[in-house]
This record gives sequence, structure tokens and C-alpha cells, in this order.
Amino acid sequence: MAEAPENGEGGAQGAHDISETSFKAYWRENLTLMGVLLAIWFLVSFGAGILFRDFLDQFSIGSAPLGFWFAQQGSIYVFVILIFVYSALMHRIERKYDVDDDQG
Amino acid sequence: MDIMGISPTLFWTALFVITTFGVYIGIAVWARAASTDDFYVAGHDVHPVFNGMATAADWMSAASFMSMAGIIAFSGYDGSVYLMGWTGGYVLLALLLAPYLRKFGKFTVPDFVGDRYYSQAARIVAVICALFISFTYIAGQMRGVGIAFSNFLHVPIEAGVIVGAIIVLFYAVLGGMKGITYTQVAQYCVLIFAFMVPAIFLSLQITGSPIPQLGFIGNAQDGTPLLQSLDTTLTELGFSAYTDGSKAMIDVFAIALALMVGTAGLPHVIIRFFTVPKASDARKSAGWALIFIAILYTTAPAVAIFARSNFIDTVNESRWSVEAANDPAARADLGEGDTPAWFYNWRDTGLLNAEDRNGDGLIQYRADPAENEVTQLDRDIFVLANPEIGGLPAWVIGLVVAGGLAAALSTAAGLLMVISSAVSHDLCRKVLFKGMSDTQELLVARIAAVAAVLVAIYAGINPPGFVAAVVAFAFGLAAASFFPAIFLGIFWKRMNKQGAIAGMATGLVVTALYIVHFKIGFSPAVMGVCALLAAIAFVVLIFGTKGEVGGTGRLLLTVVAAGLGVTALLGLLGVLPGFDMGTADQWFLGISPEGFGSVGMALSFVISIAVSVMTPAPPREVQDMVEEIRIPSAKAHVGHAPANPAPAE
Repeated sequence: MAEAPENGEGGAQGAHDISETSFKAYWRENLTLMGVLLAIWFLVSFGAGILFRDFLDQFSIGSAPLGFWFAQQGSIYVFVILIFVYSALMHRIERKYDVDDDQG
Repeated sequence: MDIMGISPTLFWTALFVITTFGVYIGIAVWARAASTDDFYVAGHDVHPVFNGMATAADWMSAASFMSMAGIIAFSGYDGSVYLMGWTGGYVLLALLLAPYLRKFGKFTVPDFVGDRYYSQAARIVAVICALFISFTYIAGQMRGVGIAFSNFLHVPIEAGVIVGAIIVLFYAVLGGMKGITYTQVAQYCVLIFAFMVPAIFLSLQITGSPIPQLGFIGNAQDGTPLLQSLDTTLTELGFSAYTDGSKAMIDVFAIALALMVGTAGLPHVIIRFFTVPKASDARKSAGWALIFIAILYTTAPAVAIFARSNFIDTVNESRWSVEAANDPAARADLGEGDTPAWFYNWRDTGLLNAEDRNGDGLIQYRADPAENEVTQLDRDIFVLANPEIGGLPAWVIGLVVAGGLAAALSTAAGLLMVISSAVSHDLCRKVLFKGMSDTQELLVARIAAVAAVLVAIYAGINPPGFVAAVVAFAFGLAAASFFPAIFLGIFWKRMNKQGAIAGMATGLVVTALYIVHFKIGFSPAVMGVCALLAAIAFVVLIFGTKGEVGGTGRLLLTVVAAGLGVTALLGLLGVLPGFDMGTADQWFLGISPEGFGSVGMALSFVISIAVSVMTPAPPREVQDMVEEIRIPSAKAHVGHAPANPAPAE
């Protein structure tokens, strides 16, 4: 989707400029990723744990009603996963645009 | 039974407390800070996993360790707001704030606000927010230390507070952030071990599963589903079902949001992410922090269910013995069907009590106050008494006390760091005395830490009324002031200083007024104190903004400060008419003071954006700086064609 970095020949080794279009594409990809992950963040906590809890409570996980389980357990597990997923995917985006901090 | 003439519980408690304190001091001596870099950000070279552990200890306070499971046990579903609220904020931190603030690369949160908004006034407003939030919070921690000491080691609260304060002071002053970081790593290990050992035993006894998170969704030993039988029992006793809440949905929503956003905006949490080597490490570190926090936060609701079930099973309809209540020796003979011995032991501390009012020889535990015979039931009981309830050996009790102290001390140290750096770095070096050297700044930082500890000792011994509202204040104010200013500062280049100052000030003032009105009430004295604090803030603003604010502005500030000063005087003399404390039916949209930070935050966003678009765009250098912090690499820069100034977003 996004354009390839234009001024990547400097590599991560030395100081280099990236073009403004490349920077904008990088930032847009970051914002998209963030948007998706924050939507999940909202859905598992405010959604499953609060707004749709009564609906989900008709299902159960083990002996716990599902909505209640999301509010007290499930949302927290998803939060942890979200951060590590963001960390990994964001690193890929940064390398693609040659703005990663692997070499400082 | 007794070891060296004292009870085993006291022996083990003293042993664990003294040993762990010795370890903390040893680490402090090893990790002395030599430079301002060491002192404020631990030299920027803490490994992300260690920083995650330190963040977890920094974050989990005496309240998380001792009170949270008990609060959930009593409030059931309503307690979920704390579980989601105090973990979900880390997602916001990792995605929206931490990596960018790390790339910015300075020492404190007011540093970012002051530089991003090219304004001393904005910096001062940020310093005031940071100081107020941290002082409210630290007073609660010191109180927790004092209570732990007095309950278990039988020393007066005052002495406990002072001993705890001296330990924190020792490693904070000597080691700064570096010393604090590595003691927090040790404190995390102590507190998580101390929390998990009784939880695992309890889970085994009640559900047969060694993993409390599985016990949470499992069956009791007799095969009945645990949560459902708890719901049934509670309903029969007249309580609302455990899995039903009593709070309105909008309030649950608002509280969870305020706690999440507040967590992301708390300065003592944010500065922990300044200590890792680079921006990508800040993200990873937030993930590790949340793993370490989640271990306790997913165990606590399980402990809550076990404890509430166990309490009802063993206490309700049990035979009450006046003899056992009055004579500890008689408690050895108690058996099946009798009120358990731990109940009488905790009755001695005053945290728990019962009275057989209807004279049937049994204790009834009911929702209806007319029938209920459990006359005193402190929510902290459920964590503190767990080892005894589970029949665990005396050393486990000692471990829990050491864990509670670790939780309180690690949080207090993080807060102390914010206070000390806000005074020395932000206020003294950046605002009042610009010519200071590094050595002088370090000295001021250490003096400020000592002064802050003295205030914290005083507040821990004589807790001011607002300590009870610490959750509402600290999280509400962080959500309504810091979060919008930092978030917009990173994600909206067009955001300018006028918008930031207006947004932070509005969020802070409106949220604080709402909380004071509904939690404390505006008596004349409270009005006086509030006006006095505001007057001091204005005086600092007048001195700190020389050269930034013109003649008319300074005159205006002076008039406001004088007006506040007169109000303070009248209030403290009791001349002003007071207002009655607000009641729950007057809440705005049914939102409690704890949840009002969400409203304050929304207001702050609206004001910030509206004022920004009506005033000039920030200077070019500031917009370039925003681009720089969006790029993790220190070596890549956005190349601009010189004749083509990019329009602000």
C-alpha cells in the first residue's frame, strides 16, 4: 500500500534524511495500526466488560458468565497481547521506512 | 510454640521485614547516582524487562496489594472498574505516549510540556499538577506503611511511618532513579511472591486448582460451580448477586475510562519509561510491565471470590464463643461449627468484630443491618488474614507483611522522584534560577527529596481529609490535565501553547472543584485552603513568566493572585459562607467523583482544540521537534525542502 522509502540508501548505520512523503506514509501506517489495536482495546473492555456484558453473560466460560469474565480477567489478557503485537508490528513498519532505532 | 520468647508470627514478620529492608539498603549503596542523568533517568540504560518489573512495583501501591482484592470481594462486578482501569491504561501508554516521550529524551513530564509548548507558564502549570498529584498519592502510601507496622510489629503508627520514610529517603537520595529502579525490581519480587503464595494455597483448598485464574472459573471442591453458588448464597443472605453490579452503567464506563487515561497520565509512571535505552524499548517495557502487573491483577479477583465464599462458609451461622473472644488461650479448642480462631485473632486488631445480638449463640452475616451480626468488617482483612484463614504457617503471614511494605515503599519512592525532580529540575533550574550547574541541581534535588519526605511523614501521621479521595484526585487530575496535553502535543502538530495552557487549567480546575464538592465539601476552611494553594500557584506564575507575559497580563495575574489571597484569608478566618457537600443524586449525568476525570478530560480536549485553532500556529522549530519525536531512530531526519514550509496538520 504505502510507498517504499525513497532515501533509504543511508541505511540505519549513519545519519540520513527520509523524504517527507516517506515520513507521511510511515506515520499513516502507524496511525492505522494504532486505530485497529485501540478498537480491540475498546471492544474487550468497554464493549465486552461493560456495554454488552448482559448479552454476553448468557454464555459462560467454565463456571463464570462471559461478560463478567471479560470484565475481571479476559480484558487484561487481551491488553497484554495488544502491546506485544503493537511492538512487533510497529518494528516492522519502522524497518520498512528505515526509521527504526536498532542502531540507536 | 514461641521463638526467643515472642510469637512465631511476630518473629517471622520481623525477620522478613528486617531482611528485605537490608536488601533495599544494600542495593541503594551499590547503585549510587553520580550524575543528573543517573539521578533522574538511571543513565537511560535500564533493560526493558527490569524496567517492566520496576514499573510494576512503582505502579502497584499498598492499595493494590492490601485493599483491592477486598474491595472486589465486597463489590463483586463493580470492582471490575479497578481491574480494567488500572491495566488498560498501559495500552494507551505503550501505543500513544511512552515511545514518543522516550524519543524526546528529557528528564520529566513538565520538561516535555514546557518544551513542546515553548512556554514557562505551561511548564509551571505542569509542575503544579505533578506536585499535587504526587503529594496526594504519597501521603496514602506512608499511611499504609504505618498501619502495616502497627498491626503486625506492634509499634505505634508514627514510628512505623518514620522508619518507612527513612528507608525510602535513604535509597532515593543516594541513588536517585538508579537506586529506586533496582530496589523496585527487588520489591516487585517480594510483593508478587507474597501475594501469590497464599492465593495458590487458597485456590487449592477451595477449588483444587493450583492456578487461581483457573479456580476463578472452576468448581468448588464439592463440584458446584463456584461463582454461581456464591451468587445464590449472597442473594439468600439479602446481598446483591456477586456478578451483578449496583453502579449505573454510565458510571462504570466513566470510572474505567478515567482510571485508564489517568494511569497513562500519571507522572511517576511516565518517567519510568525515560530510563530505557530507546523508544522501541519503551514499548516493550510497557508490555513487560503489564505482564508483571497482570499476574497480580488477574489473581486478585480470584482471591476475592475465594475469600468471600470462604468467609460466608466459615463465619455465617457459626457458634460464637464469648470465652474465645476474651481469652486467646481458649481459641485452641475451637472446632467444626465454631467461629474460627482467626476471626477472634483479627477481632483483637479492631478490624473485625461480631456480636450475637439475638442471643441464639450463632453469628448471622446478612445484608440487612437489623439482622447482621458481623458488626465490623474491614476490607483489608481479606488479603491480610488469608494466610491464617487458609491455615498457612506463621512465616507466610510475615511474608505478606513484607510484601505490603514493599508495595507501599516502591510506590512512595517513585512519587518522591517526581516531587524532587519537579522542584529541582523544572522549578529551580528551568524557571527560577537558570544559571544552575549540574552539581547544584543534584544538591537541590536531594534537599527537595528530604523536604518532600518530611511533608509525607507529617501527612502519613495526620492524614488530611483529601487522602481518602486519593483515587478520584490523582487519576481524575492526571486524566484531565496531563493526558490531553501530552497526547495532542504528539499527535497534533497544530496544537499550541494557548490551547495547552487553557486545556490543562480548565481540566484541572473543573475536575478538582467537582471532586472537592462531592468528596470533601466546601466548608469555609476548605475554601480557604483551596484559595491559598491557587494564590501560591499564581505567585509562582508571576515570577516564572517574566519576559513571556506582557504588562497587562502580569497586572491581571497579580489582581487574581491578590483576590485569591484575600479569599484564602477570609476562608481560613471562617468569614466566608460555606457550601454543603454534594450528594449522589446531584452528580452530573450520574457520574461519581471517581469517574469525573473522563468528563474533565473531554472538556480539556475540547478547550485545547478550540483555543488552538483560534490562536497562531506553533513556531516552525516546535513543529519540526514533533516530527523528530515521531521517528524512533536518532539518525533519521525528515528532509524538508527549505523553500517549502509544510502546512501544519
